[in-house]
Amino acid sequence: MIRLTDINRIFQMGDQAVHALNHIDLRIASGEYVSVMGPSGSGKSTLLNIIGLLDKPDSGRYELDDRLITDLSEDELAQIRREKIGFVFQSFHLIPRLTAAENIELPLILSGMPPEQRQIRVNDALQAFELQQRAHHRPAELSGGQRQRVAIARATIMQPSVILADEPTGNLDHQIGAEVMLLLEALHHRGTTLIVVTHDRELGARAHRQIGMRDGRILTDQDNDTH
Amino acid sequence: MTLIDTLQTSFKTVVSYRIRSLLIILAMALGVAAVVILTAIGDGARNYVINQFSSIGTNLLVVLPGRAETSGSFLGAVLGQTPRDLTLKDAQLIGRLPYVRRYAPLNVGEAELSAANRLREVTVLGSNANLIPIRHMKLAQGSFMAPGTENNAQIVLGAKIAREFFPHTQAIGQRVRLGDSRFLVSGVLTAQGETMGFNTDEIVIIPIDFAQTLFNTTSLFRILIEAKNHSDIEPAKRAILATLKQSHDGEEDTTVITQDAILATFDKILQALTLAVAGIAAISLIVAGILVMNVMLIAINQRTAEIGLLKAIGATSGDIRRLFFAEAVWLSLVGAVLGFLLGQFGSLLLRLTFPQLPAWAPAWASVAGILVALATGVLASLFPANRAARLDAVKALGKK
Ligand SMILES: Nc1ncnc2c1ncn2[C@@H]1O[C@H](COP(=O)(O)OP(=O)(O)OP(=O)(O)O)[C@@H](O)[C@H]1O
Ligand SMILES: [Mg+2]
Repeated sequence: MIRLTDINRIFQMGDQAVHALNHIDLRIASGEYVSVMGPSGSGKSTLLNIIGLLDKPDSGRYELDDRLITDLSEDELAQIRREKIGFVFQSFHLIPRLTAAENIELPLILSGMPPEQRQIRVNDALQAFELQQRAHHRPAELSGGQRQRVAIARATIMQPSVILADEPTGNLDHQIGAEVMLLLEALHHRGTTLIVVTHDRELGARAHRQIGMRDGRILTDQDNDTH
Repeated sequence: MTLIDTLQTSFKTVVSYRIRSLLIILAMALGVAAVVILTAIGDGARNYVINQFSSIGTNLLVVLPGRAETSGSFLGAVLGQTPRDLTLKDAQLIGRLPYVRRYAPLNVGEAELSAANRLREVTVLGSNANLIPIRHMKLAQGSFMAPGTENNAQIVLGAKIAREFFPHTQAIGQRVRLGDSRFLVSGVLTAQGETMGFNTDEIVIIPIDFAQTLFNTTSLFRILIEAKNHSDIEPAKRAILATLKQSHDGEEDTTVITQDAILATFDKILQALTLAVAGIAAISLIVAGILVMNVMLIAINQRTAEIGLLKAIGATSGDIRRLFFAEAVWLSLVGAVLGFLLGQFGSLLLRLTFPQLPAWAPAWASVAGILVALATGVLASLFPANRAARLDAVKALGKK
C-alpha cells in the first residue's frame, strides 16, 4: 500500500524554482498495475523516485505499507529499497564489468545472504528469464532485450512487493518491448505492485489504472474497465 | 553486505580494471621497493664500515702527538701542530699501566726495498712484536721479533711484496736491502686485502729501533694500545693522558682516540644517512598515495551511475564507502607486498653483485615501508570513498 499525501518536490535551478511535484495525493493498493504517462518534464520520474525512496519530498507525507517513510534514516530507507522495491530503468543500468549472473546477484550480496543460497536464487532467476545460456556474458555481449531481462531479474531477485519501471521499453524496439512488458505483467499476476512510466499510449493502456501527469500534477487517474 | 563480500567484490573490481590497477600497484610497489633497497644499501654500508673498522683491532686506543683544539675532535689533532714528540719512553710508560694489555709504538715511512734484482718503493712500519696481534694481522709463515731475536735485523713482508720479490722461492731466510741496511726476512703476512683504505699486503714491518735509524728520528708517529677489556677503554684513556702529561712536564700535548668512539660516530652518521635515504624513498610513497586518491576520484566519476544503481538496489552509504575503501586497500596492500618482495629481491641482487656489501634491509625499514604504503593508500582513499557514499542517488543514476 502506497499512500502519498500533499507531496511537493521543488528543484531550484539558479533563481528559478521548478515544481516537479505539485501537491500530489495518490494511493496505490498492493497488487495494482498502474501506468504513469505525461509529457516530458511533467514529473513522472520524480514521482517514481520518491515512491522508490531514492528521493525525498520537500513536504508531504509518504506511507509505505502503513509505515511513515518521511522520517526514516538513510540506512532504514536503503533496507526498504533492498527488501520491498525493485527498479527497472530505461537504460538498464547493468554494471558492465560483471556478468549477467553477477549483476542479478548484486541485491542478494547487499542483503548479506550466504553464497550458497545466492547461487540457488540466481540460477532460478536465470532460468525464469531464460538467461541460462547468457549467465556468464557481460552486458556488452547481450542484446537490448536480454539486458532488460537481466535488469528485471535483478529487480525481482529479492522478491519485492513493488516494481517501479521508468520507461522500461524506451531503448527497445516495439516487439522486444512488448515481450519485456509481458514479463513485467507476469510479475503483477503473481501479486507484485507494478508501476510503469511510459510514453507509449498503447503500452500505457494495458495497465488497469492509468495516471496522466502534467506540470507536476496528476491530471487524470482512470481505471481501465476492461479489467 | 558482509565484510567478506565487500572484500571479494572490491577485489573483483580491482582485477577487472587491470591496467589502472597495475599502474597504481606498480607505483606503490616501487615506493616500497625503494625504501627497502635504499635502506638495505644504507645499512649495508654502515655494517661494511663498522666491520672494516672493527677488523683493524679490538678495544683499540691510538695516541697521537698534538692536542686537539676542542676536546673530542680528533680531526684537529690530526691536522694540528706537534708541540712535543711522542717517544719510545712514553710508549714503555703506557705499557706499564694496569688497563693496558699490550702496546705497539709505530713509525711509518717509505723506503726502497731491493732483493733478487728487484727494486720498489714500499711502506715501512716500524714497531714491536705486538703490532701484529694488536692490528689483527696474521703471519702466514715465520715470526716477528720472536723472544731472543728482538735485536736482529729482521723484516716481515706483506703477502703481495713476498710474492713479487720471491715468486718461486721461500721468502723466509732471504736477505733483502731496505734503504741502506740489510734485513733477513723473518716472516710473511697473510693476505688481508684493503681495510679502511690501508693495504697490509703491500707493507713491510721492521723493528722500531731499525725504523728510527732508517728514518733518522727519535719520535714516534703513533702508539697503538689494546685495553684489556671493553670496559677498560675509558679508564685506560684517562690513565694514558695522565701519564703522558706527567712525562711531558705537565703539558697536555697528546691526543688519545678510541676505536670505540670513532665506531660510534660512524655508526651514528651512517644510521642517520640510512634514515634520510629511507625518508626520501618514503616521499615516493606519498606520491603513490596521491596517485591512489586521484585514481579513486576518477573511478568514482566514471562509476557515478553505478553508485546510483547500487543505492537504488539497496546499498547503504556505508556499503558504498566500504566498497571503495576496500578497493584502495587492495591496491595498496598488493602494491606494498609486491614492493617488499621486489625490494628483497633487489637487495639479494645487490648482495650477489657486491659480495662485500651486506645489503640487508633492516626489519624496521621493511615494516615501515609497508605500513607507510598502507597508511597513505588508506588515508588517500578516505576522501574519495566518502564522496562516493554521499552522492545523491537520483543525480548519480542520471549521469551517463
Ligand atoms: N535534479 C534536478 N534538478 C533540477 N531540476 C530537476 C531535477 N530533476 C528533475 N528536475 C526537473 O523536474 C521536472 C520533472 O522532471 P522529471 O524527470 O520527473 O520529468 P519526467 O516526467 O520524468 O520527464 P521525461 O519524460 O522527460 O523523463 C523537470 O522540469 C525537470 O527539469
Ligand atoms: Mg523521466
